[in-house]
Amino acid sequence: MALLEVNQLCVEFPTRRGVLRALDNISFGIEPGEILGVVGESGAGKSLTGAAIIGLLEPPGRVASGQIIFDGKRIDNLDQEAMRAIRGRHIGAIFQDPLTTLDPLMSVGKQLIETMQTHLKLSDRDAKARAIQWLEEVGIPAASERVFAYPHQFSGGMRQRVVIALALCAEPRLVIADEPTTALDVSIQAQIITLMRRLAADHGTSIMLVTHDMGVIAETCDRVAVMYAGRIAEIGPVGDVVRSPHHPYTEGLMGSIPSLESRVARLRQIDGAMPRLNAIPKGCAFNLRCTKAIARCQDERPELLPAGTTQAACFLVQEGAQ
Amino acid sequence: MFAFILARLLQAIPVLLVVAFISFAMFQFVGDPLVALLGQNFTAEEADRMRHTLGLDQPFLVQYIHFLGRVLQGDFGISYRLARPVGELLAERLPATVELSLTAAVLALLVGVPLGVLTGIKRNALISRAMMVFSLIGVSLPTFLIGILLILFFAVQLGVLPSYGRGDVVHFSHWTTGFLSSSGRQAVILPAITLGMFQMTLILRLVRSEMLEVMRSDFIKFCRARGLTSRAINFNHALSNTLVPVITIVGLQLGMLIAFSIVTETVFQWPGMGLLLVQSIGNADIPVMSAYLLLIAVVFVTINLVVDLLYFAVDPRLRGGGK
Amino acid sequence: MSAISRFLDSDFVYSFRRSPVAVVSAVVVLIIVLCAVFAPLISPHDPFDLASISLLDSLKPPAFSPDGDWSFPLGTDDQGRDVFSSILYGTRISMIVAVLAISFSLVVGITVGLVAGYAGGAVDAVLMRIVDVQLTFPAILIALLVDGVVRAVLPPAAQDALQLDVIVFAIGISRWPQFARTVRGSTMIERGRDYVMAARVIGISSPRIMVSHILPNVLGPVLVIATLNLGLAVLDEATLSFLGVGLPPTQPSLGTLIRFGNNFLFSGEWWITIFPGLTLAAMVLSINLLGDWLRDALNPRLR
Repeated sequence: MALLEVNQLCVEFPTRRGVLRALDNISFGIEPGEILGVVGESGAGKSLTGAAIIGLLEPPGRVASGQIIFDGKRIDNLDQEAMRAIRGRHIGAIFQDPLTTLDPLMSVGKQLIETMQTHLKLSDRDAKARAIQWLEEVGIPAASERVFAYPHQFSGGMRQRVVIALALCAEPRLVIADEPTTALDVSIQAQIITLMRRLAADHGTSIMLVTHDMGVIAETCDRVAVMYAGRIAEIGPVGDVVRSPHHPYTEGLMGSIPSLESRVARLRQIDGAMPRLNAIPKGCAFNLRCTKAIARCQDERPELLPAGTTQAACFLVQEGAQ
Repeated sequence: MFAFILARLLQAIPVLLVVAFISFAMFQFVGDPLVALLGQNFTAEEADRMRHTLGLDQPFLVQYIHFLGRVLQGDFGISYRLARPVGELLAERLPATVELSLTAAVLALLVGVPLGVLTGIKRNALISRAMMVFSLIGVSLPTFLIGILLILFFAVQLGVLPSYGRGDVVHFSHWTTGFLSSSGRQAVILPAITLGMFQMTLILRLVRSEMLEVMRSDFIKFCRARGLTSRAINFNHALSNTLVPVITIVGLQLGMLIAFSIVTETVFQWPGMGLLLVQSIGNADIPVMSAYLLLIAVVFVTINLVVDLLYFAVDPRLRGGGK
Repeated sequence: MSAISRFLDSDFVYSFRRSPVAVVSAVVVLIIVLCAVFAPLISPHDPFDLASISLLDSLKPPAFSPDGDWSFPLGTDDQGRDVFSSILYGTRISMIVAVLAISFSLVVGITVGLVAGYAGGAVDAVLMRIVDVQLTFPAILIALLVDGVVRAVLPPAAQDALQLDVIVFAIGISRWPQFARTVRGSTMIERGRDYVMAARVIGISSPRIMVSHILPNVLGPVLVIATLNLGLAVLDEATLSFLGVGLPPTQPSLGTLIRFGNNFLFSGEWWITIFPGLTLAAMVLSINLLGDWLRDALNPRLR
């Protein structure tokens, strides 16, 4: 059974000019122990998906329809307290900027202990010992001495390791990582990614890795979902999606990534820009920019259709034109 | 850290010198002190002698240095109006002002901070909105009006609290206190509420707005993402981060207390330094005004320094060891 | 869409219309301003025309109490002056003082801010030091002391005639630093922008750049602060007048009226001080509410 199932999820923002649909019928699943990448441009809805799953949508945003099923139970309709019990303990989250994610006035050890005590019944001594253990596990040198240090006393990369420890210390089965490496130096990025992969493997945790960096996805994930304008354009095993994309948007994305091997005069660009939420075209959201659009694309919105080992929301897959 | 204190002290000195200069210059431009001291009729000889005694025939800069010297020894000259040393007058009035200000400050903190936290946490509850309206009124009503209204209600209508004066005071060593007599304690209530009202509403609004700001921050989001209880989030994380900037601003607001104590003392005829200042402005009593100016400058510079030190003590980021 | 209809359709106007507090306080401010401006026209009596007041009318209570008289709707003082008329004229003076004082502050503050922000370096350092030092003291204290010193310096004959000028100057001087600081910050940001560099390349003189190009762009936040400071200036003036160092009884502002009426509080003639007091409170409250709403409406993060 899938650990997480998202069915036809719609997230809306009521504004005075009407209701904006930020996520439009998203469906996907995450298996236990799997790393799912969610990639797309800014504003495509990647972070919103994560926020919706963990129940931290900023008002006035709300789940308008659809279901989120975790471990066989529906979680999108739970009350505040029930959701709180799930957060941290069953579903964890890592955010982008380690500088602002940690309370500057509380030592890292205390923050770890606090998180663990909230969800697990531990004695003070055990909690402290576990805190030190976690710090060691995420690779903080001299953990037992630094356990009561403050966040500002760590470097950026170290801080993000602390954040990872905090997200994992209550032993959740799913972690939503929202751009965990974007704010870090490139050299540190690789370390953090490796760390996350190792921890996930060691503890059997699934990860939903949200990022706009295709390279990270290719390195780390088992499967990837490509999002566009609040919808999923393509989803499938990462190797297949990268090497043989079926959706024209994914194709465009892959073509626009420079590579060390091939030599091209110019990187391919997709003309135009992702439409704003209040200006999404009828039919397929991508049809106005698509070089292969057919008449049907302007009228009907494509569902995720099977295309080999992946699924793509594109009629061309059916027409066999790929 | 000592380097820090030293640096601030060094910064403060030019400020104090400038204020002292203004303080000194006031004497130069104001009428003729000779008239105040010698009366209307005096001979040229008497005038010359007086000038020489007062040192008024010396060059400007020399006079300024002499002035500084006197000031540092606590000699602020003689009040034109009361014919007594200004230093003595100020020392006499100091306890009254200090006790009033302290009472008001404590009141403001004890009421303002908890209410501010409450309205910050329960942002839209009825009581929060009521508090916000009340605090807006408190900020908009001038201090003297609050005093008058309180007098009208409690002293005139109900007759339960005195409307002027300090009540019975107890002297010991150089201090006089009103806290030890029941009439003294009664007398300080209305003035303290009046004086503290502005401060209290300010604290309330400040704490609330800081709290709201903090609640939207990334680290609070992360706390939520970790499933911490509302209680833990509010009191272990949000509160401490709210109070750090609030402390500095509140400390700086102490200055406002001193400023408004002038008004409160006038309304209630409270025998403090503020009342003395108002009376001396009305009478063009320069020595008192100039001494008050200097005193205020010292007080404010000290407050700023103490607040900076407080910041140091409270925020671990400033204590060093950071990258 | 024309500029006006775009403005009327904007989020700004929308949030104004949606907020009952903003609308009510704007209406109150408008009423008070209009009353004050047209005081000579709507006032039933002229409280300063000595010929028209009579001791026979003195100490009359407000119209709705048993001994009241509707020709003196809010009662009279001990000289027979109509309280309502005094309030109208008093509000007028309070407003005039506040507007003049803040205008003065704006002129000084904007000039200093522009120069400091544009010139940078030593000029900026010195000017900002002055600003910082003055900002460590509460404005009301500075206004009080300036007022006191200027009075002491003026010859007695000039004192009465110049009281309005003195108080405008005192309040104006006490409030310029905040404008200077805001404008300086904005100027420094604008200075680095392309259009400024372009203007310099073309050879437009610095003063011209500061006034014609940078100034319009930094005015926004300054106006919000100016609105809030108007309310504070009204309070300052009232406080100074209450303390006896503001406007005299011959040209009373609301503060003077309150000071004067305070003497009658114990003998039971509460209306002489309370009505001016309530007017003052309503005025400042409305300005503050408007200012609060304005600040929230212009704050992009709260939307």
